[in-house]
Amino acid sequence: MHPAFSVIFFTTLSGAGYGLWFWTMVAIPLLDDQARHSGLALLVPLALGFVLVAVGLSSSVLHLGKPLRAWRAFSQWRSSWLSREGVLAMTTFVPLAYFAAASFSRVPFSNGLGGVAALWLAVGSIATVLCTAMIYASLRPIPAWSHRLVPAVYLVFALHTGALIALTIGLRTFAIGNEGAALLILLTSMLAWRLKRRYWQDIDRGVLPVTRNSALGLPADREIKQFERPHTEANYLTKEMGFVLARKHSRRLRLIAVLLFALVPALCALPLWFVPMAHPTPLLALACASALLGTFVERWLFFAEAKHVVMTYY
Amino acid sequence: MAPMSEPSLDLQKPVGDELKQTTCYMCACRCGINVHLRDGKIRYIEGNPAHPVNRGVLCAKGSAGIMQHYSPARLRKPMLRTGERGANEFREIEWDEALTLAATWLGETRARDPDRLAFFTGRDQSQALTGWWAQQYGTINYAAHGGFCSVNMAAGGLYTLGGSFWEFGEPDWEHTRYLMLWGVAEDHDSNPIKLGLGHLKGSGAKIVAVNPVRTGYGAIADEWVGIRPGTDGLFAFALIHELLKADRIDLDYLVRYTNAHWLVVQNPGGADDGLFARDADGQALCAVRGDATASPHPRPLSPGERGDEILLPLGEGARRADEGNAVATNLIPANTPDISPRIVGDVTLPDGRRAVPVFHLVAERYLDPQYAPDAVSDRCGIPADTIRRIAREIAAAAFDSDVNLPVAWTDTHGRRHASMRGRPVAMHAMRGISAHSNGFHTCRALHLLQLLLGAVDAPGSFRYQPPFPRPIPPANRPGKSRGADGKLDAPPLGFIHGPEDLLVDAQGQPRRLDHAYSWSYPLAVHGMLHTVIRNAWAGDPNTIDVLFLFMANMSWNSAMNTTETMRWLTDKDEHGEYRIPKIIYSDAYASEMTAYADLVLPDTTYLERFDAISLLDRPISDADCASDAIRHPVLSAPEQAAGRDVRGFQSVLLDLGARLKLPAMTEADGTPKYRDYADYIVRHERAPGVGLLAGWRGEDGSQSGKGAPNPAQLEKYIANGGFWREAIPASARYYKMANRDYLEWSAKLGFIAKPEPVVLQLYSETLQKFRLAAQGHGPVQPPAAQRERVATYFDPLPIWYEPFEGAQTTVADFPLSAVTQRPPFMYHAWGSQNAWLRQITARNYLYLHPSLAEKQGVLDGDWVHVDSHHGRITVQAKLVANMQPDTVWTWNAIGKRRGAWKLSKNSPESKQGFLLNHLISDITPRGDYANADPVTGQAAWFDLRVRLSKAEAQDGSSPQFAPLAGADPSDAPLRYGAMFRKSK
Amino acid sequence: MTALPAVSKKKLGLVIDLDTCVGCHACAVSCKEWNAGGIAGPLTDEKPYGDDPAGVWFNRVHSYEIEALDAQPAMTLHFPRSCLHCETPACVTVCPTGASYKRAEDGIVLVDEDKCIGCKLCSWACPYGAREYSPVEGVMKKCTLCVDRIYNENIPEASRQPACVQACPTRARHFGDLGDENSAVSKLVAERGGVALMPELGYAPVNRYLPPRARRAGAATPASPPAENLETKELPSLLRWLDRALSR
Ligand SMILES: Nc1nc2c(c(=O)[nH]1)N[C@H]1C(S)=C(S)[C@@H](COP(=O)(O)OP(=O)(O)OC[C@H]3O[C@@H](n4cnc5c(=O)[nH]c(N)nc54)[C@H](O)[C@@H]3O)O[C@H]1N2
Ligand SMILES: Nc1nc2c(c(=O)[nH]1)N[C@H]1C(S)=C(S)[C@@H](COP(=O)(O)OP(=O)(O)OC[C@H]3O[C@@H](n4cnc5c(=O)[nH]c(N)nc54)[C@H](O)[C@@H]3O)O[C@H]1N2
Ligand code: SF4
Ligand code: SF4
Ligand code: SF4
Ligand code: SF4
Ligand code: SF4
Ligand SMILES: [Mo]
Repeated sequence: MHPAFSVIFFTTLSGAGYGLWFWTMVAIPLLDDQARHSGLALLVPLALGFVLVAVGLSSSVLHLGKPLRAWRAFSQWRSSWLSREGVLAMTTFVPLAYFAAASFSRVPFSNGLGGVAALWLAVGSIATVLCTAMIYASLRPIPAWSHRLVPAVYLVFALHTGALIALTIGLRTFAIGNEGAALLILLTSMLAWRLKRRYWQDIDRGVLPVTRNSALGLPADREIKQFERPHTEANYLTKEMGFVLARKHSRRLRLIAVLLFALVPALCALPLWFVPMAHPTPLLALACASALLGTFVERWLFFAEAKHVVMTYY
Repeated sequence: MAPMSEPSLDLQKPVGDELKQTTCYMCACRCGINVHLRDGKIRYIEGNPAHPVNRGVLCAKGSAGIMQHYSPARLRKPMLRTGERGANEFREIEWDEALTLAATWLGETRARDPDRLAFFTGRDQSQALTGWWAQQYGTINYAAHGGFCSVNMAAGGLYTLGGSFWEFGEPDWEHTRYLMLWGVAEDHDSNPIKLGLGHLKGSGAKIVAVNPVRTGYGAIADEWVGIRPGTDGLFAFALIHELLKADRIDLDYLVRYTNAHWLVVQNPGGADDGLFARDADGQALCAVRGDATASPHPRPLSPGERGDEILLPLGEGARRADEGNAVATNLIPANTPDISPRIVGDVTLPDGRRAVPVFHLVAERYLDPQYAPDAVSDRCGIPADTIRRIAREIAAAAFDSDVNLPVAWTDTHGRRHASMRGRPVAMHAMRGISAHSNGFHTCRALHLLQLLLGAVDAPGSFRYQPPFPRPIPPANRPGKSRGADGKLDAPPLGFIHGPEDLLVDAQGQPRRLDHAYSWSYPLAVHGMLHTVIRNAWAGDPNTIDVLFLFMANMSWNSAMNTTETMRWLTDKDEHGEYRIPKIIYSDAYASEMTAYADLVLPDTTYLERFDAISLLDRPISDADCASDAIRHPVLSAPEQAAGRDVRGFQSVLLDLGARLKLPAMTEADGTPKYRDYADYIVRHERAPGVGLLAGWRGEDGSQSGKGAPNPAQLEKYIANGGFWREAIPASARYYKMANRDYLEWSAKLGFIAKPEPVVLQLYSETLQKFRLAAQGHGPVQPPAAQRERVATYFDPLPIWYEPFEGAQTTVADFPLSAVTQRPPFMYHAWGSQNAWLRQITARNYLYLHPSLAEKQGVLDGDWVHVDSHHGRITVQAKLVANMQPDTVWTWNAIGKRRGAWKLSKNSPESKQGFLLNHLISDITPRGDYANADPVTGQAAWFDLRVRLSKAEAQDGSSPQFAPLAGADPSDAPLRYGAMFRKSK
Repeated sequence: MTALPAVSKKKLGLVIDLDTCVGCHACAVSCKEWNAGGIAGPLTDEKPYGDDPAGVWFNRVHSYEIEALDAQPAMTLHFPRSCLHCETPACVTVCPTGASYKRAEDGIVLVDEDKCIGCKLCSWACPYGAREYSPVEGVMKKCTLCVDRIYNENIPEASRQPACVQACPTRARHFGDLGDENSAVSKLVAERGGVALMPELGYAPVNRYLPPRARRAGAATPASPPAENLETKELPSLLRWLDRALSR
């Protein structure tokens, strides 16, 4: 599939944003009282998350042919994952607004309403990420997307990058300390890597759900070759679905991706654990940037390596 | 879910606000079209369901007519060359200046010598006008494009059957059980053939495609015979051999309708050798049993009857004719009805000469073991068993079927027949046969095969379309001399009946610029457009003053030897003058050829002018009806004139004729006789009562075929959807060559002079006359150097020989054949300017068989050098197995010259696309003759022999030529139709 | 609404006869021509005269080569593709805006271009390559089954068919109600063993393709020896025609 930068951008950034929100909400019970009562402390991660989500969303809206009509996308939540994603994305702004209002009016987050809002945002974030994943996972004509691990991958990458951002901007200091942070990073890095490895192994087997023969309605025992394409030059379908990535490039890119999203963050996490450090932020920032970059590459591959069944007969 | 949420659609919007019915000209098939207009723009073009040619269907080209009409490559105004010839630099001028200039050039030339005008037309269908115009002007140097197209088909057919394949005959789609397509990709009859094939698929008839490539029609054929190019004659002979051997031939048909029983004088060395034995009245003779002058059983035949069962005693005398004991034989006129003529055996004529029936010669020749399936199998690339099987299959289809039409008919002897006996084996052949230097004889070989099966104009077989059949050969001979008024005694193109009709000078050298009707190409009945530019440049036989071309892309895809052609067009003599002094060209688009004109006369598109699709030219009749049609302007002229000023070429030609004061185009007071072409169509009479259109003649429009001009004729056509048709009476639809009702109907409509039977010529005495001349007989003989050639190729029975290019090169040097095919969605060069059609194929590839590719180490998508004896091209290859392994092929005319057709200079057509023409020479490897058939002069495009080698990857094909001057087109998107969505 | 309507009784669609299709592209071009000015027009072309022309087509004709078998040489198969108007098409359900919909009345799948946001999701969801996005127009387009012809009372009844069916010169294309088992198209499908493409994907396409019939090349080896074996080297073999009583 054609790797559209706007969409890659969108899924990477909004994923990270939702992850950040999720961890922020998770952190609320762990905060010390003072922090818990000062809404301001949470405002930074919430705002940053908002920026990520908003940048992501708007880049995805810009990718549309008719951006001004984007509002229409909320209407079909009963059947469309894209619509659901949009709707959910919007609902997450409700608790967000609550937190913003609360922190400005110095209403403590810890009250009942705060709890509801936190739960809402945490669940909403996860759900939105899963909806994004389901947009792809529901597309049977693209087996690399409808793969069963895709929702897990999207979720883990959102949590992974979200966690790294959260830790970098200081959530760690309230709650889990350096060791906790290190552990979290190692855990999500490892999980992301394992999932991706599994996923790649699977898709490398390259099983497409259909054969060319079935696409042409012919018995399976005849060998069929392309003679002439309908049009000698590229068309929308060949440009959109016909993107082919050389195997050797894909190998290299996968390595780079793993290096960036898993290995570098893990390596950054180790000293956190073993070496007492007053200011681990530079290390965390490195891990975070690397993971984001790695996710970006991973997402690019997610598109570029995916084959549409259309290409079995095009 | 609730349909309420579905948007409401306007499903009742009228297609357009106006409907005009005319004739398509996206190709020469000439289908009827309904042109829907909205707000003066073309909304939709669909097939006219009532039209006899296409019955409502429409091909890709036809549907893309919108884009052809609005093409940015349309010429806008007359243009006068400003730069060097070929650079494509022009100044737009007004029509008055253009016509004055053209009339001056043409007038001066006519005053000097009318033959110094070479007037050649290409893809048109107005030869009825252009040929007549040339005759009035007085030049012998006129022809249309048939010489490089398929004159082998036309001549092979007209000299054998009095009709032909091409689009002048058709398989009996309704009744055939077995169809053989020989070398057909698209044909001129594109839509009728597609309709027919679709019908056969339903009726279960077997379709066999004989073709080195399996695409298009071959793709859906039941059997594909992947023949080696140029060997169809051998294959046909092997089939004939098998049929003769198995005695699966229709002897009754042969003696009734052909010259099988005519006696041929056997007098080697004599002036009469090989001519028919004739009586004092010139009637050809045949031999019948000694005791019978006419059959004792002069009775009508009943359906399916094999004939007289009384066996004649074995003619001892006939067997021993050489012993002078031929008493058992009586000689009577061969056309006598109710006889049982002999078809084999020696006969002694009363004057002592020996003679044998034609069939005897046929059987003798084709029973020879050299034509046995095993003998030809290797050369043809067809397993011998396949040949034997096909022979059995066609015999079974022809003779074991029960196709008999219960339609009574009367033959030309007045005998009633209760039914029409079927021979449901049909054949159709086109350029795969004709575009070879052995194509004339191969075409005759196919006709011979058909005749042996009794499968010409029988139910289920090949059928004539009116005005065919015609006398063999057709009566009209080419014009040769000029009268006092400067007019030629007959139109420049006609049929040669013998050496005395040739256009040669006292030394036997060609008189015509193209060398047609010379000893080199005696039966070049369509002229030889492919030799014109070289000869004009070389002054062979004479220099010319003006080259006047119409609708032929002669510097590119219709050229053989493209590189040299471009040079000849621009070459200058020692005085710095162009060797071809003046070139006038009429095109409608900025083709490769317009760049080479001094004066360009811009034509309209096909939707803006009157045209006559005339029975005098290339008719659109089918086997059941005679038809003709018109084109008429369907778009508002003032609106089309915005930013352009173009004129229909035919009107321009009449205007020029009037300016030249040619008597036929000028009134006594010097004013033009015809207002424009429409006026000419209506008022001009070729012979009394005969004009361009056959419908609604007579002052009140009540007559068909012949009748006085009807001033309201065009309105009648327009009201009838643009066409006229008249059905052949039911009793006259088969056996037309001997069907009294048909021949009378045909004579009544003016297609033939007299309702006389047409005897089909297995054996061609016309050809034999040339051979005799070459052997030193008769008043007109070829120059010594040509004798052997003429004697060899004017065999009165079909022969096969290796095509010249193959014969004059070696298989080691050039092991492969290279051919082109027409893409169904492009018409030659016209299609690529079409925004829609070019998206289908904007570049072409060279197709190779995987086994060949493996030998050469070539992978799919690799670049290859292709070399012929004449040149090299470097192109991209694709591997496909659906073809004969020793052949390579590509689509025709996709490659474009950079800068032509208003395409961007790096368009795939010009960058990666290519022509095989760069490899095709206009002369044979030996250089002695045109690369053409020695009988008809037909261009031998498919004789091309090549070798292949792998090349480095390239980003474009070669050769490339200097881009034609002109700006690249805008890359703005084309949103055709957006305006209709808005409009109510 | 992108939720699918209850399966309609009427299932309008095309039946394409691969045994008869000669790959002439007439259907593709006539489709382009009709629809350019129809309810789904324009079918915009980019760089129409430039280096890489590309436009919107609702119908594209592919060509394949089927490898040779022992009994028959390689075959060429022409294969036109357009929307199959599936009964359970994901192209509709994935659409976030409701622009993509299936008509409850006759099952035709359409795009309401006034609602479409050009997210391309439906084109990803279609396994049949039937959706055509125009970057210039910013919206998705597709085969309309010529809905603006087939019900159009301004068109003569016999011509109230999709443009591609009307044009097809071999008459390899048929249009009708595949939901009615007595319709001409349903009978054709039954008779010729019409197939649905990629049924395993669960889209339940309505259009059917009639597979190419087995080619009848006939056995390569003769079933029986030629009827008569003649000694052809000598003239007397002609003698058997000598006393044949023919009737002229
Ligand atoms: N390699 C190879 N070469 C071949 C062949 C082949 O099979 N292989 N086939 C040969 C054969 S059979 C033929 S017939 C020729 C065909 O070759 P051409 O006769 O040259 O055919 P076109 O390329 O269509 O060119 C005809 C010209 O007519 C112009 N034209 C189109 N419409 C109009 C109009 O309405 N009015 C006027 N005045 N001009 C118009 C076009 O712009 C074009 O310049 O090609 C021959 N060349
Ligand atoms: N769409 C479309 N239709 C056209 C035209 C066009 O340009 N486009 N041009 C028109 C013109 S001018 C003409 S003359 C006609 C020509 O109509 P066709 O004769 O049908 O045209 P070609 O494409 O030249 O087809 C020749 C076929 O013969 C095959 N062939 C080549 N050599 C041999 C051989 O030695 N033996 C056999 N058996 N087959 C062989 C080729 O593979 C090819 O399939 O088409 C007319 N119709
Ligand atoms: S075959 Fe096609 S291009 Fe030719 S006249 Fe018919 S519709 Fe027009
Ligand atoms: S073919 Fe594709 S576009 Fe058409 S209904 Fe089926 S899934 Fe949708
Ligand atoms: S491109 Fe348009 S029709 Fe397709 S899914 Fe998106 S909004 Fe729906
Ligand atoms: S039904 Fe209409 S829109 Fe669909 S492919 Fe045919 S012509 Fe095109
Ligand atoms: S128009 Fe008919 S024959 Fe031509 S490609 Fe389409 S379906 Fe096939
Ligand atoms: Mo031609």
